[in-house]
Amino acid sequence: MIEITGFTALYIFMLSAVAGYEVISRVPVILHTPLMSGSNFIHGIVVIGAMIALGHAETPMEQLIGFIAVLLGAGNAVGGYVVTERMLEMFKSSKKDNA
Amino acid sequence: MLTGLIQLSYFLAAVLFIVGLKGMSSPATARQGIIWAGVGMLVATFITFLHPEIHGVGNYVLIIIAIAIGGGLAWKTAQTVQMTDMPQMVALYNGMGGGSAGAIAAVYLLEAQRRLVEAGHGAVYQQMGADVAFLAVLGGLIGSVAFSGSLVAWAKLDGRMKRNSLVPMQQVANIIVFAAMLLAGLWVFLGDGVFPIFLFFALALLFGVFLAVPIGGADMPVVISLFNALTGLAVGFKGYVLGNPALIIAGTVVGAAGMLLTHLMAKAMNRPLRNVLFSGFGTTASAADDGPEGEMKEVGAEDAGYMLAYADRVVIVPGYGMAVAQAQHKIWELVQLLQERDVDVRFAIHPVAGRMPGHMNVLLAEAGVPYDLIFDMEEINEEFKATDVAVVIGANDVVNPAAKHDESSPIYGMPILDVDEAENVLVIKRGRGAGFSGVENKLFYGENTRMVFGDGAKVATRMVAAVKEL
Repeated sequence: MIEITGFTALYIFMLSAVAGYEVISRVPVILHTPLMSGSNFIHGIVVIGAMIALGHAETPMEQLIGFIAVLLGAGNAVGGYVVTERMLEMFKSSKKDNA
Repeated sequence: MLTGLIQLSYFLAAVLFIVGLKGMSSPATARQGIIWAGVGMLVATFITFLHPEIHGVGNYVLIIIAIAIGGGLAWKTAQTVQMTDMPQMVALYNGMGGGSAGAIAAVYLLEAQRRLVEAGHGAVYQQMGADVAFLAVLGGLIGSVAFSGSLVAWAKLDGRMKRNSLVPMQQVANIIVFAAMLLAGLWVFLGDGVFPIFLFFALALLFGVFLAVPIGGADMPVVISLFNALTGLAVGFKGYVLGNPALIIAGTVVGAAGMLLTHLMAKAMNRPLRNVLFSGFGTTASAADDGPEGEMKEVGAEDAGYMLAYADRVVIVPGYGMAVAQAQHKIWELVQLLQERDVDVRFAIHPVAGRMPGHMNVLLAEAGVPYDLIFDMEEINEEFKATDVAVVIGANDVVNPAAKHDESSPIYGMPILDVDEAENVLVIKRGRGAGFSGVENKLFYGENTRMVFGDGAKVATRMVAAVKEL
């Protein structure tokens, strides 16, 4: 895959941190819970890392731990999405009723 | 060609995550936001099946089975969970992400170990490269702590665990486990052999439990948010280990956003993060426990209903008790009746009311309360002076005047809603006990305070009936 080493990675870390900070800094309190839930969903991307880890496992022990990693990661992504969706769904309906 | 396609998909996913998160920061676009992020996740997941590092039919089968089980269970639980139980579910799913990051680190460290045995010499950091090994260990540590800590947070919020310590001298034990964990991490980094790896992860998991156990329920929103940010960081570090920019960006964005959110919450409670983590809330409360003077004055739900019907300005302060009683629908029905009688009714939300930031907003939205009736603490605090009746339903610590006046109180310094300045205060409360933090509340004994004891939803139902009769 592409090579991300040393300072390149450091730049990516730094710029991503700024992006995360900026995106959240002007959020109304009303959205704090859905937003926490939504960001919880986004780090569910860990599931693709887990897939790669399990994908090149060679011993049963590595496979077992990799399997757990994928299982947990998939749970994070799916659960995070559904919960966030359900919360935001309510915001939509409440707006329509009272517009 | 294939590599290009995969990288392009990951890039697309990273863009969609940031756009999605941005969308979620405004009510009008929030739903689109989560859908964009969801599309990014789907694209990244499917394209990963083509990743050149995945090989072996057995591994493909395992991946599909693991996704089916993990995703299926999460789908089912997330669909069926009650809105009031959302905080613990967020804690649970977040813990799973942390656990996943920890397990990835374990796989890579074990693999490096295997290579060492094949090579016959060297240490983990020489095998992986010092930077990769360092972030693998650090990410594994943070992920594991977030995993076991989130599980404890889940158990506490779900009422499955009430203890505030597991061993005598919990704080000392925490420091010892923390130090041992760091040493074991160093051993993994410098050493060889499988034993230090297992020791290290066992200690990290134990530390997560020890860290979360002493934390009181009142601090839970902050702690969930902190674990959420930590998981994000761990995922970002895993991205470096795997050479995967999508993980680095998504993880770091969440880590930074989560840290800011955690900081905002801790500030709202006027409790530095250090205090949240390292001093048990309930444990220091016994210092000034003489009990307030005076008596609680009780009224029936019907009388309380009449009182509201003849008021001009009413402010409702909901807390976790409203969530437990599922009273938000009845309360909104009551508010609509009052509005027909030209009573000015508003809701006041303390930043840490409930168990997650914005918890009350979600519940009120569920019941159909429009945004423009809901006010933040800063917006409404001045107006309690001009309020005829302030109704506190299932809230306690966030309206406790001891936070302003009593320096010995453990919640001293926390900004509160100035309910005690209202002309009359109605407190709807299930029982006579102290709040989640274990601190007595002088407000309940105040001259202008009337207590309505009972389940929030039932009391609200009786109040609705009383107002309808008028």
